Amino acid sequence: MMNYSSRPPEEPAVHAQDLTVVRGSRTVLRGLGFTVPRGRITGLLGPSGCGKSTLMRAVVGTQAKVSGTLDVLGRPAGHPSLRTRIGYVTQAPSVYDDLTVRQNLDYFAAVLDPGRAAADRRRDNVTRAIADVDLTGHADSLAGALSGGQRSRVSLAVALLGTPELLVLDEPTVGLDPVLRRDLWRLFHDLAAERGATLLVSSHVMDEAERCDQLLLMRAGEVLAEGAPEALRTRTGADTVETAFLRLVDEAAAATRTKESTR
Amino acid sequence: MTATSALSLPRTFATAARVLRQLRHDPRTIALMILVPCVMLFLLRYVFDGSARTFDTIGASLLGIFPLITMFLVTSIATLRERTSGTLERLLAMPLGKGDLIAGYALAFGAVAVVQSALATGLAVWFLDLDVIGSPWLLLLVALLDALLGTALGLFVSAFAASEFQAVQFMPAVIFPQLLLCGLFTPRDAMHPVLEAISDVLPMSYAVDGMNEVLHHADLTTAFVRDVTVVAAVALLVLTLGAATLKRRTV
Repeated sequence: MMNYSSRPPEEPAVHAQDLTVVRGSRTVLRGLGFTVPRGRITGLLGPSGCGKSTLMRAVVGTQAKVSGTLDVLGRPAGHPSLRTRIGYVTQAPSVYDDLTVRQNLDYFAAVLDPGRAAADRRRDNVTRAIADVDLTGHADSLAGALSGGQRSRVSLAVALLGTPELLVLDEPTVGLDPVLRRDLWRLFHDLAAERGATLLVSSHVMDEAERCDQLLLMRAGEVLAEGAPEALRTRTGADTVETAFLRLVDEAAAATRTKESTR
Repeated sequence: MTATSALSLPRTFATAARVLRQLRHDPRTIALMILVPCVMLFLLRYVFDGSARTFDTIGASLLGIFPLITMFLVTSIATLRERTSGTLERLLAMPLGKGDLIAGYALAFGAVAVVQSALATGLAVWFLDLDVIGSPWLLLLVALLDALLGTALGLFVSAFAASEFQAVQFMPAVIFPQLLLCGLFTPRDAMHPVLEAISDVLPMSYAVDGMNEVLHHADLTTAFVRDVTVVAAVALLVLTLGAATLKRRTV
C-alpha cells in the first residue's frame, strides 16, 4: 500500500533523545531516549501517572514545553506535514456525542481529505473504518447513546481514517471486555502486518505487554527498559513482563541507593 | 506542505455543516433560539401597549441585542464543549486550520442568526407595527453583524471558562454591562459622562445605535455606516483574538 523503498530501512518511526517535558513546576518526562521501530507494535507500559500520555502527546505534537530531540517519521514532532500521517486516539474518547457514528467520521474524513472530488474515497474510508472497529450495526446511532467501550471504538475509528503511517493509541483497550480486547489486538496486528503501519500503544495493564512486538517500560517520567518482551524476560530472568518490570524497578531503586551512598 | 496555513473552504464548509448537524440533533435548542426573540417582542409590544413610540425604540434595539446574546451563549458553550471533550485537540492534531474552525462556527451560527433575525424582524415590522422608516433589510444586516459579534465574543470568553458553569456566568459579566450602557434604558448622552465614555467603547452601543439609525432615517446615514463598521471591525478583532486562544500545543 505504501512505498517505503525511498527511505533507509533503519530509520525508526520515532526517535527521542534527551526528551524532557515540563508541566507547570513539574518535570513530567526527564531526559528520555528511545526509538520506536517502523511497521511494528510498540507497547508503552507503566503505572498510571508515569508520563505515558504526556509522551504520546509530545509525539503527536500537542504537548507544549518539549525540549530535546524528538523526530517522528523523519520530521520534528509537531511538523504540519505530519498531521495527515499520524492517527491519534486520546484516553477519553474525543468524538461529538450529538452526532451519529457515521456523521462523526464523515466530518473528520472531510478534514483529512477535503473537497468534493474526494467524496467517494471518503465514503469508502468511513465505511471501512466503521467495519474495522466492528460498529457497522451502530453506524447511525448517536455517539452519546453508545456504551463507553463503543464510544472509544468510534474514537479509534477516527484515527484509522486516511490510512495513517503512525498510530498513537492511549489506552485503547481500557474497560473493554476480553473478546473485544482480543479483536482489537488482532486489528492492531493486521494494521502493522498488512498496512505497514507503526503502532505506539499505551497501557497500564502489564498482561497486554505480551501482545506487543516491542516494549518501552516507563516509571516516574523515565524509561526503565526497552526491548522485545521475550528479551526483557530473559534479561531479568522473569516469567512475565510484570515480574520483569518489578525487578527492573527494584534494580533502579538499588542503583540510586548505591549512587547516593557512594557520594 | 502549507495546506493548513490558508483558509481552506472545503474544511470550513465541512465544519459549518458539522455544527449545524449537531444542532439538528437538538431541536429544543433550535426552537428556543428561534422562538424566544419572537415571544419577547410580542410581549414587549403589549407591555408598551399605550406608547407605540417606546416600543419602536426598544423593539428595534432588541432586534440587535437578541442575536448578539443568543450567539454569545451558544458559541461559548459549543466551543467550551469542543475544548473539554478533546475534539479540539484532535482537530488541531489534524490538518485543520484555526481559521477553518472559527469561520466554520461563524458561518453555521450566522446561518441560524439569519433565520432568527428574519423571523423576529418580520414579526416586528409586519405584525407588531414596529414603525421603521429605513429598510428592514438594513435591520437584518445589523442583526447579522450583531450575531457575528456575539459568536466572536463567545468564542473568545470560552477560552477563559473551565466549565459550563463558568461559561454561563460570563454572560452577565460580558453582556449585562453592555446592555445597561448601550442606550436601551436611557439615551447614552443622558448618562453620567464617565458611563457615556465607557459606552463609547463598548460594541453593543454601536449595534443599538445602528438599529435606531435605520428606525429614524430612510436612507443610509454616515452614522449608520460608522456603527456597522465598528460592529464588524470589533467582531473581526475579537475573532482574531479568539483564534489566538486555540493552541495546537497545550500544557
